[in-house]
Amino acid sequence: MKTDNDLSSNQRIASVMLDDEETCFRQYLSSAEIAAIEHEVAIMESREAAGIEALKVVQQHRGWISDESLVAIAQCLNISSAQLEGVATFYNLIYRQPVGRFVIHLCDSISCHLTGYDEILQAIKGHLGIDYGQTTGDGEFTLLSNACLGNCDKSPAMMINAQHYHSLTPESVIAILNGLSQKVEPQ
Amino acid sequence: MDNKHLEAALEQALTKPLTHLVNLEHPLDFNAYVHAGGYMGATKALKEFTPKEVLTIVSNSGLKGRGGAGFPTGMKWSCVPSLQENTAGHSINKLENSYLICNADEMEPGTFKDRHLLEGVPHQLIEAMIIASYTISANKAFIFLRGEYHLAAKRLQKAIDEAYENNWLGAKIQGSDYQLDLYLHTSAGRYICGEETALINALEGKRANPRAKPPFPQVSGLFGKPTVVNNVETLSNLPHILKHGSEWFKDLSPHSDPGTKMYAACGQVKKPGLWELPMGVTIRELLFEHAGGMPDGVQLKGLLPGGASTDFLTEQHLDTPMDFDSIGKAGSRLGTGGLIVLGDKHCPVAMVLNLLQFFAQESCGWCTPCRDGTAWAVEILTRIEQGKGTNADLKQLEELCDFMWLGKTHCALAPGAVEPLKSAMRYFKADFEQHIEQGCCSYQKAKGELTTSEEQLAKEQRKGEHHDCAK
Repeated sequence: MKTDNDLSSNQRIASVMLDDEETCFRQYLSSAEIAAIEHEVAIMESREAAGIEALKVVQQHRGWISDESLVAIAQCLNISSAQLEGVATFYNLIYRQPVGRFVIHLCDSISCHLTGYDEILQAIKGHLGIDYGQTTGDGEFTLLSNACLGNCDKSPAMMINAQHYHSLTPESVIAILNGLSQKVEPQ
Repeated sequence: MDNKHLEAALEQALTKPLTHLVNLEHPLDFNAYVHAGGYMGATKALKEFTPKEVLTIVSNSGLKGRGGAGFPTGMKWSCVPSLQENTAGHSINKLENSYLICNADEMEPGTFKDRHLLEGVPHQLIEAMIIASYTISANKAFIFLRGEYHLAAKRLQKAIDEAYENNWLGAKIQGSDYQLDLYLHTSAGRYICGEETALINALEGKRANPRAKPPFPQVSGLFGKPTVVNNVETLSNLPHILKHGSEWFKDLSPHSDPGTKMYAACGQVKKPGLWELPMGVTIRELLFEHAGGMPDGVQLKGLLPGGASTDFLTEQHLDTPMDFDSIGKAGSRLGTGGLIVLGDKHCPVAMVLNLLQFFAQESCGWCTPCRDGTAWAVEILTRIEQGKGTNADLKQLEELCDFMWLGKTHCALAPGAVEPLKSAMRYFKADFEQHIEQGCCSYQKAKGELTTSEEQLAKEQRKGEHHDCAK
């Protein structure tokens, strides 16, 4: 998901910037988003310091951070979009690419490694037909790895959106995925 | 918690202070927590003691940081300007604002103790943060919580709201002149945020690169103001130290390191779990009595005593007490106190490769020895695990361990990666050499021989795919 060294991404952002003289961030961000960002600014007593929270606010509303969102947030916080891009690409829970309705964060750290991670990964990959960093064609699932989720006493573990799942088996993980894809609304 | 459960819990108040009120299903709300003796420590601190007196009590208790480094908490606090000796004549108002930050960015692989406290007894942490903030004269405090702990976030926010409603946060707390605002910040990921100066940068909305020290955060931290960063478990001891005194705290452990400790075991053990025990139980007791020992048919190969960034120990160290000094003398670190156990049916090279993949991925990239060294180690270890390594690779790994050691890197992340790597190369030397001499992993081979040819074929395919997707 990292776009740090991706020149085309920087060029994309630059092209968005040219337009933003005319389109103010107030037209792009919703009033609910702006209110939530301003709440964070008030807590931190600094516009720059609210950057990560602001990214999370917009991501919560829109699912991911597009170039347009990035520029709008930077403008709202009165910092450069280059600075905010540096922040956005540093943190792995900020998505700079579109993600599916359900984002699978599979724990790949040591306790899971020792207790069956490989089998779980193969089961997910085989069932969904995607690799790490990919989204299923129907836009339902994105598969990402995650550093230790803190479920080490019940490994292997994963997180899907805000929900943790543990003590996984190749069978249970497929049952979980099947259950989710039948849900009408995301959890 | 009904009366029967409460009575049972309170019986353990003096022996398991941190966890006696933990309820993972339904954590105590404000009234229930107060009913169980909660906020008595904070009441004592605010009504009976000056900040300097609280510092003395905590210093005398001998409490050491539970986040991994084991630095004495009282000593950490004493560097804050408002607690320096020469400020005796000044009133607090004339001094700069300071901040307290609770480090709840628990991400050390194999560690899940703080999650237990955050989800199970959130008011205990808030009471603790009131005591710590009062001591260092902070009017603003933050809980820096890792983004993945959604349940903890929900419960902490509810507890914070309740504390505000009941005048334990906000202006004029419980009729005193003391004001404290407490905020929950949920992080956006990355292990390096657990390093206290990287955490401060993250809270300031920056990339979480660690800062150069000195100046230490106690002098110049968040927004350049004096800042204390303490771990969840460290802070959670404070209400009890205030309530029962520093002598009681010292008496909790028969060893030189006082108090209890949240010990854990995970990996290849029968009953992985978490236990609050007197500081200094032996590895043997933890592994065989509490964690149920090794799975049937599996012998102990080695273990990491306190998370991913500690040195391996082996069977010869089983009678070592799990306290800071003893584990140090055995050649490792107590770290977070969570055992990660490796059995003899699993390849130690594969385990070390997984650990180094973690450190390489989580390196912030700021300094070259860490950014390049960890990635290089992953490349070499991958080669060895695939049976394509050479003796020169082993030499190169040893050299990397030296390049990434303390004093050569910007922070402790790379040295933390060296600890399991270097110790594995010492204790499991024969395994590394076997991979090179035989050109394969004997553990994978042994597993393969046990399965039918069809399963083996599938395994071979998986093996190939596994390395394709390695980050």
